[in-house]
Amino acid sequence: MARTMNISDTTVDRTFRIATGAAAVAIPLLLLLFIVQLTWGSLPAWREFGPGFLIGTEWDPVAGRYGALPAIAGTLLTTFLALLFAIPAAFVTALYLADAPPVFGGILSQALDLLAAIPSVIYGMWGLFVLAPIMQETIQPFLSETLGLGRIPFFGVDGDGFGFLTAGIILALMILPYISAVMRNVFLMTPPMLVESARGIGCTRWEAARDIMVRYGARGLLGAIFIGLGRALGETMAVLFVIGNISEVPTSLYSSGTTIAATLANHFAEADGVLRAVLFALGLVLLALSLAVQIFARYYLMLTNSSRGEK
Amino acid sequence: MTMMNNNSISARRRGLFRRRLADRIVRLLSTAALVIAIAGMGWILWNVCARGISVLSWSFLTESTKPWGIPDSGIANAILGTLEITLGAALIGIPPALLGGIYLAEFGRGTRLAGIIRFATNVLMGMPSVVVGLFVYALMVVPLGGFSGVAGSLALAILMIPVVLSTTEEMLRMVPDTLRESALALGCSRTRATLAILCRSARSGLLTGILLAVARVSGETAPLLFTALWSDGWPRDYFTGPTANLPVLITEYSTNSPFAEQHAAGWGAALTVTVMVLLLNIGSRIIFKEKHHVR
Amino acid sequence: MSDEIKISVRNLNFFYAGNHQALFDNNLEIRANHVTAVIGPSGCGKSTHLRTYNRIFELYRGQRAEGEILVDGENILSPHVDVLELRRRIGMIFQKPTPFPMSVFDNVAYPLRLHFKLSKSEIADRVEDALRGVSLWDEVSGKLKTSGLALSGGQQQRLCIARAVTAAPEVLLMDEPTSAIDPVATLKIEDLILQLREKFTIVIVTHNMQQAARISDYTAFFYQGRIVEYGRTEAIFTNPSNPKTEEYITGRFG
Repeated sequence: MARTMNISDTTVDRTFRIATGAAAVAIPLLLLLFIVQLTWGSLPAWREFGPGFLIGTEWDPVAGRYGALPAIAGTLLTTFLALLFAIPAAFVTALYLADAPPVFGGILSQALDLLAAIPSVIYGMWGLFVLAPIMQETIQPFLSETLGLGRIPFFGVDGDGFGFLTAGIILALMILPYISAVMRNVFLMTPPMLVESARGIGCTRWEAARDIMVRYGARGLLGAIFIGLGRALGETMAVLFVIGNISEVPTSLYSSGTTIAATLANHFAEADGVLRAVLFALGLVLLALSLAVQIFARYYLMLTNSSRGEK
Repeated sequence: MTMMNNNSISARRRGLFRRRLADRIVRLLSTAALVIAIAGMGWILWNVCARGISVLSWSFLTESTKPWGIPDSGIANAILGTLEITLGAALIGIPPALLGGIYLAEFGRGTRLAGIIRFATNVLMGMPSVVVGLFVYALMVVPLGGFSGVAGSLALAILMIPVVLSTTEEMLRMVPDTLRESALALGCSRTRATLAILCRSARSGLLTGILLAVARVSGETAPLLFTALWSDGWPRDYFTGPTANLPVLITEYSTNSPFAEQHAAGWGAALTVTVMVLLLNIGSRIIFKEKHHVR
Repeated sequence: MSDEIKISVRNLNFFYAGNHQALFDNNLEIRANHVTAVIGPSGCGKSTHLRTYNRIFELYRGQRAEGEILVDGENILSPHVDVLELRRRIGMIFQKPTPFPMSVFDNVAYPLRLHFKLSKSEIADRVEDALRGVSLWDEVSGKLKTSGLALSGGQQQRLCIARAVTAAPEVLLMDEPTSAIDPVATLKIEDLILQLREKFTIVIVTHNMQQAARISDYTAFFYQGRIVEYGRTEAIFTNPSNPKTEEYITGRFG
């Protein structure tokens, strides 16, 4: 290929090559700029509050005191809940879709893809007007009183329908199609002969999936989970509408709170001075979290790859 | 050999009943999860349609938004603004994304630099859109002293770039090397050969990627909160002033308004956005499918 | 060796999706503790025939078998037969080695853990027996914890045979087990098959006539979904009664 380049090394070709190269190199530079910009913008906040900002719980615009813990804890809690609901559901859905007759499975997968295409603001609006009232009137009383979960500390009764559980459910519904689409492909990529060997020694369908397909596709399944994790971490609108938006560390599944993304969206308008720097600092934390997810995913996948002894 | 000694182990069989029961239960759960997911989608779409249709009318789609209390309020300015912002995003984002994708597929194969670029692209793809909004806010809105439609376009463009770039690379890689070589052997310059391949073989794939990227960003809300913001007027000041758009309208009307009329208008806007996004999505799929049947 | 009949196929017809018939009135008697080779040109239905014995075809929608396959006198096509138990009794080896993505040890132990409740030491004993049984023990005893995928092709296939015999089956089905393996490894596996005949009833599909002649006691010749000729291997190879069989064996087609 390089040889051919030398033969027709015209000016046009050189310009073309430089133009494409520049566009490509711009991507890592853009990423770098993100980090620089957010760090720069957040400097005043770090100067003011120090690293204690990350574990501070105050949010007092009048006194100008801000802490990130409620937002960080809220982000982790909603993400955890979303994954808790979505991973098992996506796993079994993907199993079903991979096993369904091609046409039927194809149609259902397309339907799930459309679910993923619905803008998050629609989820948010639906959560606000439809799901939150149902949570308040039916689901939360059912969980805490009928099932008696209210006596367990974190499951207490204290809810107007806006809070972490509602946000977690909406997020789960949003990320389910992403996770399940990737998982379905992973299952479909298992060599048929491997599946036949598993079934051939007397595995049930479930045993073959659990013991053979999951191991074979471990990397891909993990990748699917990380895709969902990444989306849940940074999702703004679906959460913003139903989280309640108060800067408090979660005390119960039903309590109102906030997430990093929701805090950013909620306070941008009033942002000035140190609050603006605080928002940048929160943005930086979110950026760091999603970077960590990506890097960890890649590193872990590499590890799984080599331990499977593939050539 | 113990291997053959069937009697000693046949008494210690695992119960087939429990194994089969586990299989049945998982099967049931699979169906249940799928039904719940699809029903959830159906429920959402039903709500959007049922509540949205009731406010749809000619004037709703042709009149501008107006403060509460003034009759004949519509969402036309937001529709136009969304079109402007999305089109602007496509103009800003697609050219560099195409070029970058070409670089990765044609020039950068197997190099370390390409690895770095690919990694950065993946990271950018997983970047929360709200962070992108914050970034453009710091990059454009703060220095230029105000919100603008074009800042919104830039934010959406940044969200589109990694998607279009990686589809471009993928599509070009699917083109067999022999095609490349035969074009070069005919005496085509590298540029012409690449462009010819782009236009011919990879075209439908690229179009699919672009349409999907457009569909994805046209419903994005969070980045626009930081950039284009919101305005009741017609979107005349795309370069200098806040520009109306559907997603932020939905947000404003449903969270910042106590009025039922505005909630209803929000549902109408939600229906409009959903129809737009789903049409783009389905359209791109159809294009991709047709091409694949032809090949 | 006894001449007891292990599997008796009666009027077997097989259909793929869309009612496309692949097997026509197959009748066959497989003798216990013998090797029966199934030969024929590609697409003649020999693999399809083999895949009815453990009902593995049922994984695919629309495929169905009609007729009777009696194993020890019991019709295994009957819906009352438990396929999980059937597949423990009838092991299968495939065209390509299919080690599971787990360690060498776990590969062989897997069917044991699946079907039986055994102690760790019992499992270890049986795994060792199985690996010795396929003469793999000396080669892998030092790397039982490495991935099964790290072995060579021939070793992988013997690993799969070990995995198939560990849960104490009665019949081994082999679907062109050496087609993806180099000649030296193939000879090892052929030797192994001759040893395994002592304990198992073996049915092997092969496209390799020399292989069939070397290792089998009985040979069935398939042509277009029908069993054209069946008998003792020497008889089929030296004195075929059907002209089609003779043409195929002498290499005029296929």
